[in-house]
Amino acid sequence: MSYVTKSPWVIHYDGSSCNGCDIEVLACLTPMYDVERFGIINTGNPKHADIFLVTGSVNEQNKTVVKQIYDQMPNPKVVVAIGICANNGGIFRECYNVMGGVDTVIPVDVYVPGCAARPEAIIDGVVKGLGVLAEKRAAMEAKATVEEITEKEEA
Amino acid sequence: MSTIFILIAFAFVVAVALLVLKADAARDILVKASALIIAVLSIWLAVDFFGSGEDQWVYAMEGTHTLISNAMLVIETVLSVIVIYLGIKYKKYLASVFALIQAPTMIWFELTKGHHIHVANNIVIDRLSVIMILIVGIVGSLITVYATAYMKDFQHHFHGPDRRPFFFFLMFIFLSAMFGLVVSNNIVWMFFFWEITTLCSFFLIGYTKTEEAINNSFRQLILNLIGGLSFVVGILTLGIFYETLELSTLIAYGTAGMGALVVIPTIFLVIAGMTKAAQMPFHSWLLGAMVAPTPTSALLHSSTMVKAGVFLIIKLAPCLGMNMAGMMTMLVGGITFLLASFAAISQSNGKRLLAFSTIANLGLIVICGGIGTEAAVWAGIMLIIFHSITKSLMFLCVGTTEHQIGSRDIEDMDAMFAKLPRLATFMMVGIIGMFCAPMGMLVSKWAAMTAMIDSGNFILVAIICFGSAATAFYWTKWLGKLSAIVPGRENIEKNVPKEETLVHSMLVLMAIAVCLVFPLVSKAIVIPYISAIFGTSAVAALSSNNMIIMCIMLAVVLILVLLFYGKTNKKVVDIYMAGANMGDNLTYMGSMQTPMEQNLRNWYMESYFGEKKMDLIGVFATTAIICTVVAIAVGTILGVGGGF
Amino acid sequence: MIKMIIAVLAYLILAPVVGGVLAGLDRIISARMQRKVGPPLFQPFYDVLKLMEKERITVNNAMDFYVGCFFLFVIVTGCFFFAGMDLLLVIFTLTLASVFLIVAAFSTGSAYPQLGAERELLQMMAYEPMVLITAVGFYLFNGSFNVSSIVNGSVLADGNVHMAFPYMIGIFVGFLYILTIKFRKSPFDLSMSHHAHQELVAGLKTEFSGKTLALVEIAHWYENVFLLGFVFLFFANGTILGYVIGIVACLITYFFETFIDNNFARMKWNVAINTAWVVALIGMVNIIVLYYL
Repeated sequence: MSYVTKSPWVIHYDGSSCNGCDIEVLACLTPMYDVERFGIINTGNPKHADIFLVTGSVNEQNKTVVKQIYDQMPNPKVVVAIGICANNGGIFRECYNVMGGVDTVIPVDVYVPGCAARPEAIIDGVVKGLGVLAEKRAAMEAKATVEEITEKEEA
Repeated sequence: MSTIFILIAFAFVVAVALLVLKADAARDILVKASALIIAVLSIWLAVDFFGSGEDQWVYAMEGTHTLISNAMLVIETVLSVIVIYLGIKYKKYLASVFALIQAPTMIWFELTKGHHIHVANNIVIDRLSVIMILIVGIVGSLITVYATAYMKDFQHHFHGPDRRPFFFFLMFIFLSAMFGLVVSNNIVWMFFFWEITTLCSFFLIGYTKTEEAINNSFRQLILNLIGGLSFVVGILTLGIFYETLELSTLIAYGTAGMGALVVIPTIFLVIAGMTKAAQMPFHSWLLGAMVAPTPTSALLHSSTMVKAGVFLIIKLAPCLGMNMAGMMTMLVGGITFLLASFAAISQSNGKRLLAFSTIANLGLIVICGGIGTEAAVWAGIMLIIFHSITKSLMFLCVGTTEHQIGSRDIEDMDAMFAKLPRLATFMMVGIIGMFCAPMGMLVSKWAAMTAMIDSGNFILVAIICFGSAATAFYWTKWLGKLSAIVPGRENIEKNVPKEETLVHSMLVLMAIAVCLVFPLVSKAIVIPYISAIFGTSAVAALSSNNMIIMCIMLAVVLILVLLFYGKTNKKVVDIYMAGANMGDNLTYMGSMQTPMEQNLRNWYMESYFGEKKMDLIGVFATTAIICTVVAIAVGTILGVGGGF
Repeated sequence: MIKMIIAVLAYLILAPVVGGVLAGLDRIISARMQRKVGPPLFQPFYDVLKLMEKERITVNNAMDFYVGCFFLFVIVTGCFFFAGMDLLLVIFTLTLASVFLIVAAFSTGSAYPQLGAERELLQMMAYEPMVLITAVGFYLFNGSFNVSSIVNGSVLADGNVHMAFPYMIGIFVGFLYILTIKFRKSPFDLSMSHHAHQELVAGLKTEFSGKTLALVEIAHWYENVFLLGFVFLFFANGTILGYVIGIVACLITYFFETFIDNNFARMKWNVAINTAWVVALIGMVNIIVLYYL
């Protein structure tokens, strides 16, 4: 059994956006929606996080930042793109500096639609993300076992 | 039997030889050879002494007493004349005035009253003397070896006449005088050696002859002449009222529980000790002394000469305790320890930080002497041993750092681990050694703490509690600075001279070894010394369980470092810089898409622990205490001696 | 001797369990105080187990060594305490452990951990006097620094065994105050806290991840249990009743710290050092009282 799903720590990044989804993500932490009951903590630190919540679209200036935050998260990790801007650029899509959705920079596992995405939808997305997380963890373990076996055989 | 005389004479002869020897290579060889001989002789003396199993070796010197005393008087007079002359030449008239008071007084006393006082034993070697001889002989000669390489570099950067022969002359004269000082039982002889160390320090601080150096050297001279004057008053009162010039007689009063009876000479001798040990309000000379080349700072201003001051106070410990002299010693030492520890927090200059830490540690030893119980003396002696080794290591490391990275500022040391990994490791050992479990300084401080609590003086309890917190703060932030791993720096370890590395390694080994064997040192040397002095069967201030636990902890840390340090099988990734790390762990992409360098600075808390503020409070408080006590003492003298 | 070994073993095995459960309780109580449900009781264990499963990364080859030493010496500190050894030995070993943690943060060469480390260092300076004063207080009251002796209470002039609390109430208040710093609770959660991530990311532990972070968490559980042991000492007098009062007092203390945590905002570092040192001076007054007891 994997404990990854029981203790999802999130990091939240807001790109080019109207801050609507941003606020809704924070709303999830309020007593009204209380995601802490699932063991979720908003860490603000990629090195501690398991789930990367991105709101807003990616532009030329923040693409390296989004990429770096993603790279600095230890595996297994999951990206949840929240709101239409994060999904495909939304109303900013045609702007000269906007690249589009988050998936133009990093691989996205869960897309949460909405403008702005509702807290219920966000929580739903995170829960879906937990499933992906468990799969990734299992894959990691399998890979490690395979490597171990090959090492033994080589020896 | 008379190894001590060979030591004194040998160091003196070498000094004179070095004064005339001008060639670099020859000087190097002579210094290294004599350093080795001095170290071997001191160890031999120690082995011989402890092998004999006696409490002390006594040398009456009936035959040569007058001759030596007269020779000393002549030399002292000549030196006074030099001081008076220099004082006038550099317009530092205060120095001349003090010398003018001091010299005739001593001559008058020697020729009249002092002449008739019988001195039974001029030289006495006891266990404490042997400890001091070992410190001077081993640590001191290591520092001279270091100086051969260091002074070459120094001369290279320094655009002035080459005065190195004079420098090494002073270093060895100083060693000779220290050997004499720690074995003198005749207090007049001790005073002679005492003044020689003052003058050595004076000339060494003024070595570069810059304006700053000259000013600071005179500051040292004037403050220590005040101490000298106090010493003279001590000798006079002891001679005139007690008809003795022997330290052992004075101490005997104390161990017989009559410390209060001899409180007046004790007060003056303790004040002399405080000036040399750079206690507030006299501490400013030690800070000024940091302009001297680093081996000087290491030898005179941290590990040996300043120890002469605390040596005297620890010697006098049986006479101190809950009397006026003892209270003064405790309070002055306590205030110095606390405020110097605070002031050290605000220092970013490595050498100045070390200077403040030295003042603070000397303060701690002075407190121990002031408490005057068996446990306190135990702690004091342990502090002397550990402090000498560790502090000289720290000074010599900072000296080398300064030559290699061109700065002694702690803020510039953050890439040390990449540039000079070995040196950084040595410094980390030194720093841990200065304040942290399981090293010796902490163990002795622990003992000192229990002694303070038992002394019933709650002011001291408060002082040690707050003082140790400050100590941990300033050392740890330096330790952190050193340990920071900054990538992309070139390793410049190969530029460090061999001699310097050798001396560093020896001191590191000694620092660790002494910590590992200190329960033995305690059992074999310190406890017998205390038992002999106090005439009781003393026990260590710490239970042997605790000491052994500390040793085991040290061993564990060492093993852990050797086994695991610097090894990882994990993937090494970049540090977090809010997602804008440029990939080198040093720069990040700024908001205007320009690379910005990350810059990290330590906390100095100037508004809390500013040096000026601490100085002001400390000088005011300690001056008030010392003046009050001196006034009472002078009043008593005048009352008693009204007739003479 | 056997008693000592059992105590140490019990500490080694039970402390992380108790510490973890306490941490879980803390989170539930905190959540309830904020009208939230809160995570499961065993959430802290899930967190640590998850961290164990994460990818193994580090930022240099020295950091993990220091963290390992921190972990080891925190446990050693607790062992000394529960083996009934010298209180000062316990305090000094704890300082060694803290130094290792701080050096670990410094060694990363990263801004946020260094900022956290400086603050941790400041907190250390803030609480150290009061911790030492507490030890001195126990010594003056009991005549021994050994925990094994203090835990049996002290015989006073009337010939009866007394608990330290009524005589050391000033010191107890002072200790309670710095306990907020030691437990890393608001208003003094300056150096590392999830809540301060807008300000210093995760402070001292920013660069720790996976197993390394898990070790730090477990070390905190050990540390918290042993700190509560200090609280216990104030009430112990060798009888069963004393033990019960002691344990209840520990629980109340823990609840109280949680309460404080939820009712205060994080304050500036100046407040921590200013107030902690003033409180230590109040502790000193109690010391003077003990001298004349």
